[in-house]
Amino acid sequence: MKKIEAIIKPFKLEEVKDALADLGIEGMTVSEVKGFGRQKGHTEIYRGSEYTVDFLPKIKIEVVLAEDVVEKAAAAIVKAAKTGKIGDGKVFISPVEEAIRIRTDETGEKAV
Amino acid sequence: MAGGTWHGGCYSEITGNLPNRVAPRETGRRADAGPGNRKNNNKTHITMMRIKQSLWGLLLAPVVMAMTAAAPLHAQDDPFAAPAAVVQETAVVATDAAGDVAVVATEAVAVAAPEEESEGPAEPDEDYTAMAAKYGATFDFFTISNLWVLLAAALVFMMHLGFASLESGLTQAKNTTNILFKNVFIICMGIIAYLLYGFNAMYPGDFNGWFAVGTPVTMADYGDTDFSYGGTGLCMTGWTDFIFQAMFAATAATIVSGAVAERIKLPAFMLGATLLVAFIYPITGSWKWGGGWLDQMGFYDFAGSSLVHGFGGFAALAAVIVLGPRAGKYVDGKIKPILGHSMPLATIGVFLLFFGWFGFNGGSVLSANPEAVSYVFVTTAVAAAAGGLASIFTAWMFIKKPDLSMSLNGILAGLVGITAGADSITLYGSVIVGAIAGVIVIFSILFLDRIKIDDPVGAISVHGVCGIWGTIAVGLSFFNGGNEDFSFVTQLIGTLSICGFAFIVSLIIFGLIKAIFGLRVSAEEEEEGLDIGEHGQEAYPDFVANK
Repeated sequence: MKKIEAIIKPFKLEEVKDALADLGIEGMTVSEVKGFGRQKGHTEIYRGSEYTVDFLPKIKIEVVLAEDVVEKAAAAIVKAAKTGKIGDGKVFISPVEEAIRIRTDETGEKAV
Repeated sequence: MAGGTWHGGCYSEITGNLPNRVAPRETGRRADAGPGNRKNNNKTHITMMRIKQSLWGLLLAPVVMAMTAAAPLHAQDDPFAAPAAVVQETAVVATDAAGDVAVVATEAVAVAAPEEESEGPAEPDEDYTAMAAKYGATFDFFTISNLWVLLAAALVFMMHLGFASLESGLTQAKNTTNILFKNVFIICMGIIAYLLYGFNAMYPGDFNGWFAVGTPVTMADYGDTDFSYGGTGLCMTGWTDFIFQAMFAATAATIVSGAVAERIKLPAFMLGATLLVAFIYPITGSWKWGGGWLDQMGFYDFAGSSLVHGFGGFAALAAVIVLGPRAGKYVDGKIKPILGHSMPLATIGVFLLFFGWFGFNGGSVLSANPEAVSYVFVTTAVAAAAGGLASIFTAWMFIKKPDLSMSLNGILAGLVGITAGADSITLYGSVIVGAIAGVIVIFSILFLDRIKIDDPVGAISVHGVCGIWGTIAVGLSFFNGGNEDFSFVTQLIGTLSICGFAFIVSLIIFGLIKAIFGLRVSAEEEEEGLDIGEHGQEAYPDFVANK
């Protein structure tokens, strides 16, 4: 089993979700995060004083998959989330030791 | 009634801890109790808490029932029972007695209650008919005026909701409970302090013109109601006069609470605000509205640009100077914005204030004089609108972006600016007064930030600076239409003395509090948020709202 963590631009969430659903992957965890890579922040102004916002809002998608779908899923995420502009995000893949479905106590690949 | 936060007091009695985020109810509900003493202890605590809760419920229910049952016991003394039958007679008598006088809105009369107490000399309905018969149309005008000023008092009360919303919107989420608490305290303290001391200190009748010691309001003060209009008689009952003025008093203190937000110790603020509202506000108030030396000099402040707003704004300035800025606001010579957490709340607050200001200015006519009241409504509204527009465009030009919070401040600036002369400034003069206030407030906000006076909500600029502007505008013939009754010099002297006095006294009060008790919260508490530090209770406990 592998875990895919993808940091993407927030407005791309629906597209990525649909792309994964097309592959038969239905479950995922989504969180709102802030971050930056090489994309610089921007300046905003409040009551006459400027300030820089370094951290940009992003969405993190985490999905744990069986080995055979990982590559296809990663490719689908990259394709759906790509805009070609700076700040598109990154995909990380890491191994997962064990997974347990809480309701049925299933383990391993049956649980993802 | 979930878990820790509501039971702040009794929960800590049970566990000896501060309430924790995990509601014990959740752990208690697990069907699988399982082994382990820890879980059994939680269950005991839950049961104990449930018992305490039900005991409270068992106690409260009969108390509430007893109170509701007690009410009808005084039905036979109910002074409101009589008037229904009297309404028709009143109308007839009035039109007969003064046939050419139009009796406006007789239906309004049905709502007004006769103001004698149950221990009065005559039966309620007899007195009422007698009054109407004796005073005729004057009585109707009196009743309508009284009703209008009471409504205006309610509108001014609404402004406290406006202040609470505005202040919490423009400050950080972690301090919201603290801000709201201060606003709740102020309205409660203000009314009681005014009852016990302030009202009679501000309107002492004959006095030396500078200072009068206050006394509690008593029933004896308002036994006779004078129905005459103008001169010494007010076109309302003494009670209406009291409640209307009481709402103004509390407004002066709430201006301070916005400026000192996010870093002042709660007890220190409560003490300072109480002293200001209870004892100092009546002094400056008596100088003009109480017939004191400013009034005798010909100074004019229609609804309190100086007496309320200037007073509050400069008291706030002194407090902020003594208190110091928020941590992290001025770093390395640069100004770091500390963002407000809720623009919707701030906007709601300003609209509520605008709404309440119709009562603030409209009620200050102190009667239902149609021409005066309607004119004041118009000048108030156009000044507010002009202030808003002026702020929008000034901010856009100088700060390059249309800033919502500045525009909101602009509306308030226009309102404060017109408050001194809503009845005496010309129509288009009002537009210009409001517009100039809208411009002034932007530069004042920016300037105060440059000189390191940290005012999270702009209270000093809106109320203090524009309060002075509004007051002196009355003295300029361009605005008052050449009215010889007003003098620029008198207006200037008046506003500077009121604002200066408020500033100096506030400096002393907060300086003393700082020396004796300490004025500021610790750095850790300021970082963590006053909600947790002062109250042990977060305004947004379970989800993150920006900062």
